[in-house]
Amino acid sequence: MTESTTIQATVQTIITALQDKPGALLPILHAIQDKLGYIPTDSVPAIAKALNLSRAEVHGVISFYHYFRDTAPGKQTIHVCRAESCQAMGGKHLEEHIKDSLGIDYHETTQDGKFSLEPVYCLGNCACSPAIQIDHEVYGRVSADNFDSIINATEELA
Amino acid sequence: MSITIYVPCDSTAVSIGADRVAKAITKEAEKRNLDIQLIRNGSRGLYWLEPLVEVVTEEGRKAYGPVQVTDVASLFDANFTEGGAHPLYLGLTEELDYLKKQQRLTFARIGITDPISLDDYIKLDGYQGLGNALKQSQAEIVKAVTDSGLRGRGGAAFPTGIKWNTVLNTPSEQKYIICNADEGDSGTFSDRMVMEGDPFVLIEGMTIAGIAVGATQGYIYLRVEYPHAHIALNTAIQKAYEAGYLGDDIQGSGKAFHLEVRLGAGAYVCGEETSLMESLEGKRGLVRFKPPLPAISGLFGKPTVVNNVISLASVPIILDKGGDYYRDFGMGRSRGTLPLQLAGNLKRTGLVEVAFGMTLRELLYDFGGGSASGKPIKAVQVGGPLGSYLPESQFDTPLDYEAFAANWTVLGHGGVVAFDDTTNMAELARYSMEFCAAESCGKCTPCRIGSTRGYEVMDEIIAGQALDKNIPLLRDLCNTLLNGSLCALGGMTPYPVLSALNHFPEDFGLTGKVNAA
Repeated sequence: MTESTTIQATVQTIITALQDKPGALLPILHAIQDKLGYIPTDSVPAIAKALNLSRAEVHGVISFYHYFRDTAPGKQTIHVCRAESCQAMGGKHLEEHIKDSLGIDYHETTQDGKFSLEPVYCLGNCACSPAIQIDHEVYGRVSADNFDSIINATEELA
Repeated sequence: MSITIYVPCDSTAVSIGADRVAKAITKEAEKRNLDIQLIRNGSRGLYWLEPLVEVVTEEGRKAYGPVQVTDVASLFDANFTEGGAHPLYLGLTEELDYLKKQQRLTFARIGITDPISLDDYIKLDGYQGLGNALKQSQAEIVKAVTDSGLRGRGGAAFPTGIKWNTVLNTPSEQKYIICNADEGDSGTFSDRMVMEGDPFVLIEGMTIAGIAVGATQGYIYLRVEYPHAHIALNTAIQKAYEAGYLGDDIQGSGKAFHLEVRLGAGAYVCGEETSLMESLEGKRGLVRFKPPLPAISGLFGKPTVVNNVISLASVPIILDKGGDYYRDFGMGRSRGTLPLQLAGNLKRTGLVEVAFGMTLRELLYDFGGGSASGKPIKAVQVGGPLGSYLPESQFDTPLDYEAFAANWTVLGHGGVVAFDDTTNMAELARYSMEFCAAESCGKCTPCRIGSTRGYEVMDEIIAGQALDKNIPLLRDLCNTLLNGSLCALGGMTPYPVLSALNHFPEDFGLTGKVNAA
């Protein structure tokens, strides 16, 4: 099978499993993104058909929510908290450091495909600000120095 | 005899090394041939001491913290498993001042138990409230909640009992209970702590709500940024089903209640209840017009209770000990306790559940210990990103919904973020507008367009351009947002912006007297 048909088969399995839930669209989109890392644009027609929606409606939902993405992310996604508590503890400085050291801005992926960078408005880790999240792992009291060692450690693991 | 050691599994404790400490303790104990039982508890909420390791001794649980992996060997050398002396030794946990001064009702079990142990939950008064509710009529349950004086802890402070009563009295074959767990406010984490640290209390509260109003289906709308809470909730829900606390016949009562967790997808506006319901229905999170109220026509057009995590998690103790017990805490029309969250630039950040009535100053200094940086606290934002900034002159305001409202400030969900004197308030005002622009659902024009015009004007003000024109323009724009927006996102963004401008005009390049709003 080609990569594209494998993806379509995965998407179809997810749709079949979840389409009868009340309000099934978000659970379907989450399941696809969990599995593939993103929601491929060519999965939209199948989702729309199963839920009796227009493609525009499905696209509208995907683009409304910050968390959903329609392009493949890097191997790991770094979410940087931009909210007030992190700002109160030097979050802006950290944000600049992260952008500089990865050489990318928000919503971009490093050229080697290792990291994607996304802003997030609060990780709920405000008692240990500033905070970042790498995939599902949250890191608190992150300074420029320990960001570098966190990244080095994850690169060694990868 | 086996030694019992507690290391929190709370995600903030984990974010500063709790998992690594837990592993190191297990490994060190093996090396020394010590028989230990390591339990992952919730956090006590004393985050500056996390990772906080506790050891069970004859005198009670003794605390050590903050523990790093490099401290573990020396803790064993100091015989900490028997409560031995060590530089990180803090004393008996229950005697720690920060905890002792609190009135923990909603947070009674958090940090003490293994969050996903149903046995632990039941041993510490869990499911007593549901037991009582099952013996009462629906109207009696609603009356207990009304009598308690409980008001919505999500921020709007609407009386919970009145909301429930409306749903109870709206006839429908299908009704819903929604828990709003889209805790997006910066500086808040009490919902997260409940869901990670005592998920059964939320499940019990929702079950009681379902029985009270006649709803058989509940949804927890959880923000995707809380993966640890997601796992804890799903595990606890499964255990509750297995033990007959959820399902078609709850504890042999013949009453049904089903519960499912649904994930949000990073939209702040979905914390607004009508937007949340749109999202649950599988749509873009556009805010709905009210009326109709969700209590009459909510999720899928059916009568729906939408309550915050803390509101629902406060219900079990109210049904257990009675509405009067809860109402006896607090002041004025703010009854019971509020779990406050100390965040930002404070020395002792954490969770402080106290009766309403303490002043902000006591909270910031007696609990928070002043700023973490050692510099004076310049401003405090209370109630999330849509809350006003309070200058030092307002620190004596008592923590009470009405006292805060009288100052044009809000208590909201109880988040408190402190900033020291290196902060530029104009930058924060700009950020509020930028945040509103990023998160606006786009349905109403004041919020959708006004927020973008807002940060553009702020850019000019920060650059010192045409202040005589731009400051009045900013005020005018805020006025439009305040009065013309459909929901609190646009309607309250002016709170942080105008409070920053009014209290800190010098940061906006203004000198001398300010033309107040």
